[in-house]
Amino acid sequence: MSAVMITRKVRKWERLPGKNTFCCDGRVMMARQKGVFYLTMFLIMGTCSLFFAFECPYLAVHLSPAIPVFAVLLFLFVMAMLLRTSFSDPGVLPRALPEEAAFIEMEIEAANGNVPAGQRPPPRIRNVQINNQIVKLKYCYTCKIFRPPRASHCSICDNCVDRFDHHCPWVGNCVGKRNYRYFYLFTLSLSLLTIYIFAFDIVHVVMRSVDKGFLNTLQETPGTVLEVLVCFFTLWSVVGLTGFHTYLISLNQTTNEDIKGSWSGKNRVQNPYSHKNIIKNCCEVLCGPAYPSVLDRRGLMPEDSSSALTSFAPSSTSIPAPQTTKTTAPLIPNEHTPDDAKPNIAASAEKTSSHKAKSPPPKEEQPPLPTVPPLASPETDAETSISKDKMY
Amino acid sequence: MAETHSLQDFQRPAVSSKVFIQRDYSSGTICKFQTKFPSELESRLDKQQFEETIQTLNNLYAEAEKLGGSSYLEGCLACLTAYTVFLCMETHYEKVLKKIARYIRDQNEKIYAPRGLLLTDPIERGLRVVEITIFEDRNIGSAR
Repeated sequence: MSAVMITRKVRKWERLPGKNTFCCDGRVMMARQKGVFYLTMFLIMGTCSLFFAFECPYLAVHLSPAIPVFAVLLFLFVMAMLLRTSFSDPGVLPRALPEEAAFIEMEIEAANGNVPAGQRPPPRIRNVQINNQIVKLKYCYTCKIFRPPRASHCSICDNCVDRFDHHCPWVGNCVGKRNYRYFYLFTLSLSLLTIYIFAFDIVHVVMRSVDKGFLNTLQETPGTVLEVLVCFFTLWSVVGLTGFHTYLISLNQTTNEDIKGSWSGKNRVQNPYSHKNIIKNCCEVLCGPAYPSVLDRRGLMPEDSSSALTSFAPSSTSIPAPQTTKTTAPLIPNEHTPDDAKPNIAASAEKTSSHKAKSPPPKEEQPPLPTVPPLASPETDAETSISKDKMY
Repeated sequence: MAETHSLQDFQRPAVSSKVFIQRDYSSGTICKFQTKFPSELESRLDKQQFEETIQTLNNLYAEAEKLGGSSYLEGCLACLTAYTVFLCMETHYEKVLKKIARYIRDQNEKIYAPRGLLLTDPIERGLRVVEITIFEDRNIGSAR
């Protein structure tokens, strides 16, 4: 006799570790702090509204109606890119499930051999050779994986992000593999929009002043002053940022790598990911394939007694909301400071049935793993999951 | 208790262990898995068979991530529409992922399930590993 259970369908995003906020039932994914993002939206929408209200009627009549039309298109593109950058999954790598984490621990221990008591175990690093360059893959103690090349752990979102660029508070999200091109297009289009509004503000003031005098003009269109101020300060920051990212793209580097000086040329270290051709680098970054999200936010959590296979549901891309990022904000450091390896993990890992290639444990049975490991495990703590193994 | 009871009812074989095929980064950041044959599978599977599976997967992922005329075209067109076109259209990568899911299902049915193994689609592991679950072999009477 089993009790009838009425279970609510739980989607995987509700159980994802990390410090993200989700909206629209998992379709939208952002960082926790969104205050600066709202400021970005306010500044862009506010300035553009003033432009449409004060300048556009005059310019449409006296110059050309194409001016406001183009401004609208540009504004919509900017907002689309902003929202796309802010709401999409930047390329978060899901944390390792307990079995995988234990497997990696076993491999690490096999590689380290016997560490004398009292001595710190060597740092967990894997070396891979990419394009005749040795690249070090670091182990992430939070996600319990060896980070792929170019991935980094964002301490604000508490996730490992693939091709991590930086965490942008203006956008309220990390910038990584999946949303870098939207971020770049946002800065580029915002630069154009800012220059456009600034230029036509000046034109408008000049044209009107010729007729009515400078002071009268300012009295009739007070919004102009505000717009010019905002545009002036925005110009310096956003245009500079666009230039900086154009430089990075042409070299196929990330902001993270640039800050750390990973490929600065010291010790003959060169960027192994660059095609050594500016056009090719730009094409790869901006026109490369659209990578899918590997998070599967909207998939349903499997029930405990269901089969191990859940259907693969490609996680939906975020609503293409416009994204505006003013990237003048100080770049947030992303390096995750490693904790010391917990000895408990090593001890309990031996008890699991994860096998080791080299030396199978001389002991008797290994307790079988729980039959149905949850796929997107809510438990990031390998210790608690492993200790829950039951003997059958 | 209820869980154990239903487990026996369904006669599902217990999981003996899992092997994780890691990514091969020697060609860069493209999705590629190591073709080294794990020793845990020696008793269950041909080395050839395994290598063929992984190689096919690698080829499929390479096809998905290929930088070429078609991917550039897709990117440019999408940009012109402010990426709204992806609301109605599937990206090339997603199409290939469906192919990969079909391929893995096929392989499981034809080759891996009869040998008491199960391939897990790497997308469910964040494209980090190919997880192969080894089930207890009750027929032969010895586990592991």
